[in-house]
Amino acid sequence: MEKLNHIQGMIVAIPVNDIDTDQIIPARFLKVTDKAGLGKAAFCDWRYQDDGVTPNPDFVLNKSEYQGASVLIAGNNFGCGSSREHAPWALIGAGFKGVISTEFADIFRNNALKNGLLPIEVDAETQEQLVSLADEDPSTTVRVDVERQTLTLPDGRDVKFPLDGFSKYCLLNGVDQLGYLLNLHDDVRDFEAQNPQRVRTTA
Amino acid sequence: MTANGKPRTLFEKVWNAHTVRDQSEDTPAVLYIDLHLVHEVTSPQAFSMLRDRGLAVRRPDLTIGTMDHSTPTTPRNTLGVIPIADSMAAKQLDTFTQNCDDFGIPMYALGDEHQGIVHVIGPEKGLTQPGMTIVCGDSHTSTHGAFGALAFGIGTSEVGHVLATQTLLQNKPKTMAVNVEGKLGDGVTAKDIILAIIARIGIGGGTGHVFEYRGDAIRGLSMEGRMTVCNMSIEGGARAGMVAPDDTTFEYMNGRQHAPSGADWDAALARWRQLPTDAGAAFDQEITLRADELIPMITYGTNPGMGMPIDAAVPAPVDEPDVNRRVALDKALSYMDLQPGQQLLGKPIDVVFIGSCTNSRISDLRQAAAFIQGRKVADSVRMMVVPGSQQVKKQAEDEGLHEIFRAAGAEWREAGCSMCIAMNGDQLQPGQYAVSTSNRNFEGRQGKGGRTFLASPLTAAASAIAGAVSDPRTILSSAN
Ligand code: SF4
Repeated sequence: MEKLNHIQGMIVAIPVNDIDTDQIIPARFLKVTDKAGLGKAAFCDWRYQDDGVTPNPDFVLNKSEYQGASVLIAGNNFGCGSSREHAPWALIGAGFKGVISTEFADIFRNNALKNGLLPIEVDAETQEQLVSLADEDPSTTVRVDVERQTLTLPDGRDVKFPLDGFSKYCLLNGVDQLGYLLNLHDDVRDFEAQNPQRVRTTA
Repeated sequence: MTANGKPRTLFEKVWNAHTVRDQSEDTPAVLYIDLHLVHEVTSPQAFSMLRDRGLAVRRPDLTIGTMDHSTPTTPRNTLGVIPIADSMAAKQLDTFTQNCDDFGIPMYALGDEHQGIVHVIGPEKGLTQPGMTIVCGDSHTSTHGAFGALAFGIGTSEVGHVLATQTLLQNKPKTMAVNVEGKLGDGVTAKDIILAIIARIGIGGGTGHVFEYRGDAIRGLSMEGRMTVCNMSIEGGARAGMVAPDDTTFEYMNGRQHAPSGADWDAALARWRQLPTDAGAAFDQEITLRADELIPMITYGTNPGMGMPIDAAVPAPVDEPDVNRRVALDKALSYMDLQPGQQLLGKPIDVVFIGSCTNSRISDLRQAAAFIQGRKVADSVRMMVVPGSQQVKKQAEDEGLHEIFRAAGAEWREAGCSMCIAMNGDQLQPGQYAVSTSNRNFEGRQGKGGRTFLASPLTAAASAIAGAVSDPRTILSSAN
């Protein structure tokens, strides 16, 4: 994973509540065996017309003025539904580095952080303000500081967002969490010595 | 209880028994995983990561694979083989076979007599046991909580973590007691309980929490009913839902392939009986529902929280005070092409799907078959019955249920996820309406442009016969 300390980027808003992972990437794209190229499938059923190829001109991600946006503003409870990590892979593939919402579904938050996509949880007022800003002026940018856990709005106001210490350490240092777990090898061996296994699938 | 006598919840007991390291200010807890279930869709990138880093699977003997999501459910050909028409699905299934072979993981391949939906085969084979930690790259892993296991879905990176280390980094969730008191009426099922809970708390209501389902209505459910309830915990936002093990649990488990036997069984029983929440243990939140006030439930919108009693009218966006929810409801009704105030009862439908890890077990099929016996599926309706596993399929066929479904005009399919996720060609056409026993009614979930009403197997069967959304209680009472 690459280090992530700052995000400076244009915003785009999809102010819909409860955007589930089936909308972020429909299941028919899950037949892949790698992570490459999923950006094209992000929000596919909203982005394209019924034929699946003609862009839907009304959908915000298709509008020329929002091309290059790297921070997505979404409605409440973003990323609910299926546990597919293809959702953050698709968002990253589509150029996003952070998502702003008032609440994230648990599994999505975990998956996003493991891939360096930052879930930025803010209060409803900030979220609404950003939605209007993105609407009024597509060139609006925000700045995110991971170390300080702040989102800086165009008016200079800093908004704090929660981030657990461990994920923050991993983001800032580009460390993936598996390395940490592998180092606990001895503890795991001790645990196994004290706790008999419950089933043996190979039996 | 702990040494100092502080009463603990079922969740806390299982959690505490599995922490290799406790949570600290700097790091989440490290949780040991007793059983890891893997399927073809969320695992390939995890296996690639293992290869890239030169890692082995630490405990293949605590890992099991099955094919379910992208597998076709079309009937076998004359050679007894289930043909795979989709080349991408075929490649994904081949990759899975290769990965399981290379890393020594036992796996049930398409067509194997034990293959099936991952959350159906775990319990069926006795692998799912009280007090265990169970994970899978699949959000409906919550199903296994019906046995008093702590079971939850993980992402693909985490699948890699568990494969390599048998552990996971986890922040300790909060707990919510979900009490369901009283007795269910005729025609009202476990599915209606969970749909009512989600309609009440909303799809984000349980975020950050583990549910414990309690109360006499839960105690009165069969294991399969409890699995239906726990299955949809994630639709309420909770990663896991649990039911304390009791005699119903033990009776279900006794004699299953991987369940302990002989002296081990007695020792396990003694352990399992310690698991239920101690009197006086505290939950972070608590809600209570009256089972006797429930009637069959159905969803009208595009998330599982948009549900209502089957005889109610579709709510109107103008009555919704919260602006975001108003917009969401408006968007949902427009996708579903429904009017505010409209009754769903009598709404013509095109498809009925009985299947998925929510409602594809033998008792679900028996209920639907008993209802359908001697009746006909309406001409305008395609009804698909997809057993959850090859074992369920075999048992249903031994009982003659497949003949009942076929005689009524329904399709009897091979085991798999099928139209629950529409990855395998089983899908709705744009604009079609379906009554489905599955768990998600998101836009396009059952096929692009398809519209889903989630309901119980009884409601699904009643609707198939009527050709329109129907209350199973009306037919039940006219038959009595
Ligand atoms: S049946 Fe549906 S919900 Fe269950 S595991 Fe399969 S796709 Fe997921």
